[in-house]
Amino acid sequence: MNRSESYDVIVVGGGHNGLVNAAYLAKSGLKTIVLERRYLVGGAAITEELVPGFKFTTFSYAISLLRPEIVQELDLVKHGFMVLPMVNTFQPGYHGEHLILGSDPDVNYHEIARHSIEDAEAAQDLDHLISRMARAIKPWMDRIPPNRLSSDPVEVNALNELKVYLEDLDPEVLDLIEKCTTCSIAEILEGYFETDLIKAMYASSGIIGSRCGPRDRESGLVWLFHKLGEYDGLPGSWGFHKGGNGGFTQALARSVEDFGGEVRTNAGVDKVLYEDGEVSGVLLQDGSILKANVVVSALDPRQTFTRLVEPGDLPKDLIDCIENLKFQGTAAKVNFALSSIPTFPGLEGREEIYKGFTNIGPSIDYLQEAFEDCENGKFSRRPFLDCCIQSTIDPEMSPPGNHIMSCFVMYAPYHLKQSDWKSERENLADTVESTLTEFFPGFSDLVLHREIVTPQDIEEIVGLSEGNIFAGELFKSQLFLDRPAPGWNQYRTPIEGYYQCGSGTHPGGCVSGGPGRLAAQQILSDKGL
Amino acid sequence: MPLTTPFHSRLEEINQTGIWRHWSGYLVAPQYQYSLSNEYYSVRNSVSLLDTSPLFKYSFTGIDAKVLLERILLRDIGHCEVGKAHYTCWCDDRGFVLQDGVVMQVNSGEFWLTAAEPTLRYFRGVAKEMGLSEVIIEDVSSDFGILSLQGPQAYNVISELTEVSGTLSYFDVVQTEIAGCSVTVSRTGYTGDLGYEIWIRSDDAMRVWDALIGAGEDFNITPIGTTALKMVRVEAGLLLMGTDFYTSRFAWVDSQRETPHELGWGWMLKGLENDGRDFIGRGAVEKELEMGKSRWKTVGLTVDWQEYESTYTEAGILPPHHEVYSESTMSIYRRGSKDWDYAGYASSFLVSSLLKKPIAIAKLPVDLTAIGSEVNLEIPVIREPKNVLARVSKMPFFNPPRKTESSGEMGAHE
Repeated sequence: MNRSESYDVIVVGGGHNGLVNAAYLAKSGLKTIVLERRYLVGGAAITEELVPGFKFTTFSYAISLLRPEIVQELDLVKHGFMVLPMVNTFQPGYHGEHLILGSDPDVNYHEIARHSIEDAEAAQDLDHLISRMARAIKPWMDRIPPNRLSSDPVEVNALNELKVYLEDLDPEVLDLIEKCTTCSIAEILEGYFETDLIKAMYASSGIIGSRCGPRDRESGLVWLFHKLGEYDGLPGSWGFHKGGNGGFTQALARSVEDFGGEVRTNAGVDKVLYEDGEVSGVLLQDGSILKANVVVSALDPRQTFTRLVEPGDLPKDLIDCIENLKFQGTAAKVNFALSSIPTFPGLEGREEIYKGFTNIGPSIDYLQEAFEDCENGKFSRRPFLDCCIQSTIDPEMSPPGNHIMSCFVMYAPYHLKQSDWKSERENLADTVESTLTEFFPGFSDLVLHREIVTPQDIEEIVGLSEGNIFAGELFKSQLFLDRPAPGWNQYRTPIEGYYQCGSGTHPGGCVSGGPGRLAAQQILSDKGL
Repeated sequence: MPLTTPFHSRLEEINQTGIWRHWSGYLVAPQYQYSLSNEYYSVRNSVSLLDTSPLFKYSFTGIDAKVLLERILLRDIGHCEVGKAHYTCWCDDRGFVLQDGVVMQVNSGEFWLTAAEPTLRYFRGVAKEMGLSEVIIEDVSSDFGILSLQGPQAYNVISELTEVSGTLSYFDVVQTEIAGCSVTVSRTGYTGDLGYEIWIRSDDAMRVWDALIGAGEDFNITPIGTTALKMVRVEAGLLLMGTDFYTSRFAWVDSQRETPHELGWGWMLKGLENDGRDFIGRGAVEKELEMGKSRWKTVGLTVDWQEYESTYTEAGILPPHHEVYSESTMSIYRRGSKDWDYAGYASSFLVSSLLKKPIAIAKLPVDLTAIGSEVNLEIPVIREPKNVLARVSKMPFFNPPRKTESSGEMGAHE
């Protein structure tokens, strides 16, 4: 190992935001290296062939919030970027009741109208309003947010611009945004729908990955956040990256290298090195040192501010904020290799229903009860499940005839009361299997292999504190102007040359790449490039 | 799977093209025969039969039904007596058009309404907001099929089946029987010709279809698809939602919305100054009228025949005439010293085989809308944009007396 290796930029962590950040910086001509602790890059966006022929999307499993600019600016298509559209959303209910919503708005109208004619009309209204809301918010997803603590006229102006922007918004759009920041998703949906199955289908986006139930006011904002994505400009739509989300991060890594950057795996960083408030490089876990005047942490805020550097060297108010950040992971994954496709009574042979999300959570009560278990320090006895069988669209995900099923499980609290994840992991998987068997009779017989990922596994393997999939809850106090902390939401840190670009910064959460891109803009502008 | 209308098994038998399209989630045929012109001409020459069942249908009953409709509809429902129908529209509270449709009072206090988009929840919401407890609004879309019998021989065909219908005046409605089935017949249509629309209980659909086809046999009755309908409605100067205008409900910005005045529906507001009706959007509608705030007007355009011909001929090709119908936006420019001086656009374009001229429905700034005003319409000639002279002309382009004549007058033609 060459002890005098030096770079313009070192990016700590090869998650998707680290890779995006590195690609932009390399593209600008900076000598850039990404250091990844694991044997493969991708962070929580990876695909692993755990059983021969079966490609597991161990953690994240779908794409929507990815900023379209990144695909263009990093030339990702050239490197294998390909997102396949989700064709259907399948929401099973009880006694054969179900909803299948697909690509044709008129067919969707009639599908909802089977349950309620008024709900079918309301869904059109709500979907249109969501699209308008997403468009209104989009510009603020794609720019460095103002610093609300700064007295710099540029920042004061930016804040003022935001205020004026909000005032000028279409009143209906503003009303929905306000509702989302103050009401629970259950409350919001109450104003639109009468049917529980439809409410539940809409509500599930309000709890994903977050420690809140559909009747908790935090769920409104979590819901809004998940509606900001798109597929080919179609608001709120989702897709599968070819080969799973690992396919996406592999394309990103190729982009980094194509721009002249370096990607190094098995290279865990122990500490960020700095002197007199200026960054100088990093100390790797193997004891070697890499030098650079710019170090970017793509890890979550807790790691960025309290592990990679000495928190005592940083302002106390910042560290207080970071220590108060809510991570409190509540999601697990149980992924299955299946011998064949599951069967829903009455829809036998309809494989196309699985070509998208399959939501297990047939009522608001079901979701809320699942959350109550979490509040009691247990995983849900009847969990909410967000399932995807990507192999129904992407045949390379499993051997012919077999299938791979990703199953996002809520709630599974990081801290269990009176037990621990080591003793509960198999119980969790059994519960998921029995829940699935309730809706898909005979499901267990199809299981060839299962992969269990508890919040603790997420923390240990990916490095996300307490297994929070968003690198910090998507709560009002932790978003936008305050992500990860007021005054430190512009990707800088108190140490000169030390930056942050993980999902714990704006507009993070989900596979968006926004933080990586905006952090690169900030770094380049600070360097006068 | 898309839904099918109550007439589908018959339609399937006669659809020679094998082509279907979707209309509000229902399968419908754009045309049944290989010759679109043959379907088109049946409307003007003999008699056509069209399935318009995918329309949304609503019924209003109870003593508050009229109160509610007075609040919602632009035209005064007070003038829509039992046995009468109104072509009308309704607006949002900013005076932008939500939808157009036909409302009729089929029994005392019982109203039926057609709409292109779902609106049950909206209507019920308005009733609730008004505190109306004595009105029942129901979506009866799947309870009924609708057949539209249109063309100069329509009277003769329907007279073979029911005497009552024959006496109907323009926009009259009557409940009668056809082939032993209760039906509701209105003297209405979307073709600008003599014609009737027949509401049929879904269970009776086949019997009534067969009876109409049977009665029309000697009159060259021709089932027509949606394309022929769209062509003839341009001649009739009738606007199509989703083509000539969009509902305010799904708009993003006001430039996508239109007011009744801008759509040329000012006539729906006749007598406004003397009535105190409190319909939704009235304030905005009145203000627009008082302040002359219309952003544009919807007008008919007739393309100069000679310029149309020469523009193609000079390019070395024959001018297209046969079955030319387009819903693509075509730009319109001011004529003058400046080239490509954008003024507005045409939303529907038809080379009318009947009228032997190209016509269009267009939006123009108010100063260009006097009859006879000259503008340039952009047409692609071998993919290159060319301007042809067009003149603002009166709509409807085609308006035969038989459309509105009473049955007595019609008899006189026999």
